[in-house]
Amino acid sequence: MSDIAPSARDFRTVTDEIVDISLDYPDRRAWWMCFIPALLLLLSFLVSVTVLFWYGVGVWGNNIPMGWALAISNYIFFLGIGHAGTLISALLLLLVQHWRNSLNRFAEAMTLFAVICGALYPLVHLGRPWLFYWMAPYPNTMTVWPQFKSPLTWDFFAVLTYLIVSILFWYIGIVPDLASARDRATRRRYQVFFGLFALGWRGSARHWARWRQSYRLTAAIAVPLVVSVHSEISMLLAAGPIAGWNSTVFPPYFVAGAAFSGFAVVSMIAVVLRHALGLRNLVTSRHLDLLAKLTLLCGMMTAYGYWAETFDTLYGNDPQELETMRDRLVGVYAWSYWGAVFLNFVPLQLLWWHRVRVNPALLFLIGLSCVIGMWMERYMLLVTTLYRDWLVSSWQRYHPSIWDWSLFAGMLGVFFTLFLLFVRFLPVISAFEIKEAMFEEKQERKETGRA
Amino acid sequence: MREPTAAQRVFGLMAEFNRPERLIEAVRRTRQAGFERVDAHSPFPIEGLAEELGFHDQRVPWFTLLGGIVGAGLGYWMQVYTNHAFPIDIGNRPLVAPPAFMLITFELLVLGAVLFSIVSMLGFNHLPRLNHPLFDVDSFRLASTDKFFLVVLSNDPRFDLRQTRAFLHSLDPVRVDQIGQTEEPE
Repeated sequence: MSDIAPSARDFRTVTDEIVDISLDYPDRRAWWMCFIPALLLLLSFLVSVTVLFWYGVGVWGNNIPMGWALAISNYIFFLGIGHAGTLISALLLLLVQHWRNSLNRFAEAMTLFAVICGALYPLVHLGRPWLFYWMAPYPNTMTVWPQFKSPLTWDFFAVLTYLIVSILFWYIGIVPDLASARDRATRRRYQVFFGLFALGWRGSARHWARWRQSYRLTAAIAVPLVVSVHSEISMLLAAGPIAGWNSTVFPPYFVAGAAFSGFAVVSMIAVVLRHALGLRNLVTSRHLDLLAKLTLLCGMMTAYGYWAETFDTLYGNDPQELETMRDRLVGVYAWSYWGAVFLNFVPLQLLWWHRVRVNPALLFLIGLSCVIGMWMERYMLLVTTLYRDWLVSSWQRYHPSIWDWSLFAGMLGVFFTLFLLFVRFLPVISAFEIKEAMFEEKQERKETGRA
Repeated sequence: MREPTAAQRVFGLMAEFNRPERLIEAVRRTRQAGFERVDAHSPFPIEGLAEELGFHDQRVPWFTLLGGIVGAGLGYWMQVYTNHAFPIDIGNRPLVAPPAFMLITFELLVLGAVLFSIVSMLGFNHLPRLNHPLFDVDSFRLASTDKFFLVVLSNDPRFDLRQTRAFLHSLDPVRVDQIGQTEEPE
């Protein structure tokens, strides 16, 4: 698999190409052209949250029975995107896939920021967000505890664990590269910044050995964690007696869908970054090819989920379930069902062709189509199920209000602002792991040559 | 590995190599010559290098396991305890319901294992650390880019400034530097 190895000639060029981006950013104008719109979106977040906290959840389109609405469907959407980063980074590390090294850093950063956006949604959806700490079990004068048999409490623990583990995994993975930024920095404020966050790393063989033990174990634990977190999110829906949700296919269906949307976003980010930062010999067309294959694989697994869900309903023959299915296929929100099916699975089929997989522009567009499709799927899952619940008298249509949309735009602003700051100031690719892979591949070639 | 105290004027001697293979070879020969307090610095992890240095520390994996046990134990205990402290009887279902408790138990197992793993890794590595005598040597800047360093500490029983320097030169390095102790700020 030597064609995966970056075409950089030696160790130094790898560090030059990656670490110098943070110390002396190549195209500041283009960065500002992205950062200013991101800040405007962030402003939209601040305004929307202020309005929401001032007037309450009533400014949204939520009603009864649609209590969850856009806030929770976006929460599932953002967290789902996050999972691909951990999978790329941890799963491929354990499988010793060297090509992961060009992707894992920014994929993990994407995870981190998507989880932050995701975790903010249930908080602002609380109605009384200043009491968010009631979700945590702490001794209190009311002598009550959270209901540990409820998926809502499971969710609190799952997301909190996922956030902390993602931050730590990403951070210990970036420390050696922060050390090389520290060693190359010439300006005082960069020296202090990288000096503090590099923790005094000096590449001692003993340090590396312990670092490796810890990094691999964390990776090994992170893989089942991803599966557990998104399975758990599916329980929020599946553990209740609601027709359209109460199905055992949900956990695997959700995990596959999450990985699918995430790989689509990673492909999009890879296409943009390699173009914007001139990293074409580190993120090669071979990487795009592999990312596209992963997207296709997870997409087909998600398609199977759609099929299994429909089969389940038809085979179960429960009148309520059949009614919900009818609402999805031909009801007033049928656009979200067919939109999801079309955007998720039709353009995706182009990825069977190698020429499409290595074409950055096409890959980006297909990725975008999958992301919009997966967003529609989450919207469909919540809205088509809830707007006609068990109690016919409470049936009601749902229309997101302007503040729903402005908060969604704002949440994208949170994501882009954080991501752009990451691109500007931190090494976006793992330089030391690329160097390690270059060395190991050289050793392997030597050994096979000898044999 | 214990480092020389500030009482020793010299921290150690450092040989620079420009290829990882040369460093591995140099470490092997230094160990064969009987040196014990030896360290190697490289820009990326080199498989087997720490073992050449006599590293066989499995405390981090054990701490990870311990963290997992502590996390899972605390997680399960918390759910059993709180269900007894504030019993909610729902249709006479059991108070302690292991299937419903498993998810949080698993999440806290993961959290405990990862926290213990990373904190113990940093702790046994004596990190974070703001400064180190090695950082005073100018050429050490490249230890994170593309140079490879072998360090013999001055508290090694066989350490002798002149002889050790001559030995390090015999390994055919790019250069040999003396590492002084970091001066205390006035």
